[in-house]
Amino acid sequence: MATAEEIAKAADRRDVRNRWYLSAPALLTIFFAAVGPLAIVLVYSFLTPGSYGDVKWQFSPEAWVSVLFERDIFDDTLSLAGAHISIFWRSVKLAIITTLITLALGFPTAYFMATRSEKTRDLWLFLITIPFWTNLLIRTFAVLQIIRNEGIVNTVLMKLGIISAPIQILYTDVAILIGMAYVYLPLMVLPVYASMEKLDFRLVEAGYDLYASRWQVLRRIIFPLVKPGVIAGSILVFIPAIGAYVTPSVLGGGKNMMLSNLIELQFGQGRNWPLGSALSITVMLIVMVALLVYVRNAGSKEMRHG
Amino acid sequence: MPEQPGKNAIEVRGVRKVFGAGEAAVAALDTVSVSIRENEFFTLLGPSGCGKTTLLRLIAGFDYPSAGEILLHGDDIALLPPFKRPVNTVFQSYALFPHMTVAENIGFGLEMLRKPKAEIKARVAEMLKLVRMEHLASRRTSQISGGQQQRVALARALAPQPKVLLLDEPLSALDYKLRKEMQIELKRLQNQTGITFIFVTHDQEEALTMSDRIAVMSAGKILQVGSPWDIYDKPADRFVADFIGETNFLTASIAGIENGKARATLKSGATIAASVADGFQPKSEATVVVRPEHAKLVKGKAELSGTVENIVYFGTDTHIHVRLDGSNDLFIVRQQNARNADCGFETGDKAGIAIGDDAAQVLRD
Repeated sequence: MATAEEIAKAADRRDVRNRWYLSAPALLTIFFAAVGPLAIVLVYSFLTPGSYGDVKWQFSPEAWVSVLFERDIFDDTLSLAGAHISIFWRSVKLAIITTLITLALGFPTAYFMATRSEKTRDLWLFLITIPFWTNLLIRTFAVLQIIRNEGIVNTVLMKLGIISAPIQILYTDVAILIGMAYVYLPLMVLPVYASMEKLDFRLVEAGYDLYASRWQVLRRIIFPLVKPGVIAGSILVFIPAIGAYVTPSVLGGGKNMMLSNLIELQFGQGRNWPLGSALSITVMLIVMVALLVYVRNAGSKEMRHG
Repeated sequence: MPEQPGKNAIEVRGVRKVFGAGEAAVAALDTVSVSIRENEFFTLLGPSGCGKTTLLRLIAGFDYPSAGEILLHGDDIALLPPFKRPVNTVFQSYALFPHMTVAENIGFGLEMLRKPKAEIKARVAEMLKLVRMEHLASRRTSQISGGQQQRVALARALAPQPKVLLLDEPLSALDYKLRKEMQIELKRLQNQTGITFIFVTHDQEEALTMSDRIAVMSAGKILQVGSPWDIYDKPADRFVADFIGETNFLTASIAGIENGKARATLKSGATIAASVADGFQPKSEATVVVRPEHAKLVKGKAELSGTVENIVYFGTDTHIHVRLDGSNDLFIVRQQNARNADCGFETGDKAGIAIGDDAAQVLRD
């Protein structure tokens, strides 16, 4: 006969087994949708490019070397790949500016929404999410129509006599920023709104009561309390912005490349899949480092405020 | 009593507050005027929705009156934003800043007034001592109990040395024992600081025990202003008499008015002495009030008679509900309990109710 201890142990084993069965869907999803593909990309980045795309199963660190360096055609010496680095920098810069623009526009929007009556809040929320229903490409082309030389902005400015010739907005960094800020704005508004909605507005009243001006209430009370939303929104905007493909290609005209364009080039015309893979992982690393720095800074600021 | 204008901390003159517009407009305050003296513990008492919190918010500056003036030491502050009024508030929910420590909360107002760092530090320490919270200065406000949060809220509001402190039902979230403790604490703080307190509550017992003067409010109006004794013993009208404590209402005809006293002839034919306000004219039907503790239940004949219907034990005293003969109304008598003795009556007993010479009062309306 089994002792009580044995029975308990058997039950324990059964319990552990059952737990594995139950978490199988999650584990499978994580494996096939996240870890698996990433592993393939990582493996590919260490292989040799095939002549017509694809890869040869032969180890080579060459792709990783050429992420940052150029090999001289004649004497094989390495020099920093200025083109790649300037593309990295451009992408990071544009992603940061996009995040700042969406924050500057999204924060007041979220505040406005959170201070409406409960019934109308849903309506505003609905209006904010409507653009999501439209295809990204269509939204980008809509922006293009507005800012092109014959578009509404230039036409109106010229009719009003403010400018005599159309301003070249399209195919500049400004166009990319306008497009990305427009496309990613809801990603900032929604998390900031979610934090703002939870904000106890009696704290705002308490701030006013204790002689804080409107600006001081914003800076010392509202902002610290909705910071989790601001952090979440910034991450949600920064990550897709740094890897944005459609918006920069359509509005930037492909003149000035961003990371995504560079990666696409390797898988297309460049026929260098390992380099494309290495660049993809580089983007991920940049994002991770940026997030680490950002979250740590945001966290330490909170410590200073107490 | 004539008011001395120089001695008033707050004067509210003809203030109206209307919420909403058009047909949906609701007058939360209907032309209210009241003067609150310096260094006074003044209470706005009334049921929820009577406008007491609205009046407090107008004084604090969170809302602006639709009409009328609010004077602070003679200056109209009705339209100043809250951060320009030397008035601080203790909120019902305390509204402590969750991202700051206890000490930072208390120092916030002084910091906003751009006081020197050293002064803020000294004042915060003083405040922490005043509310006996020195040991918790560096705690987050989420890490302290409700009673402690209450103390921090008080210290935070007192730190900038406001001319007037507004308290919006600050004790309602505390349990009974703690509430009693805080009532005493509040009185102590008020004595120690000498600041005018305006206290909002719906708890009549709280109002009676703490206040120098009370304003009883109902439906956006102030019905009576007076000392706790005035409010309890000389209620101006039926609402005040009913809202403050328990009261027996009797209908009587009033005659023979002399020196503030009158003969009130009850329906049963019995006549009792009742006090009347100045200028009261004889009337065939008026309301006479008798507090339960001012009547006495006796065996045998008295001014009123009836049948004991219910006996409710309250620990300190016993309430005996008597169904009156003739009128069929209920009359409540409160009798103090003695040790090892019951109230001397049982349900179904016939009993008389003796009403002393000073017990009854005629209401104005």
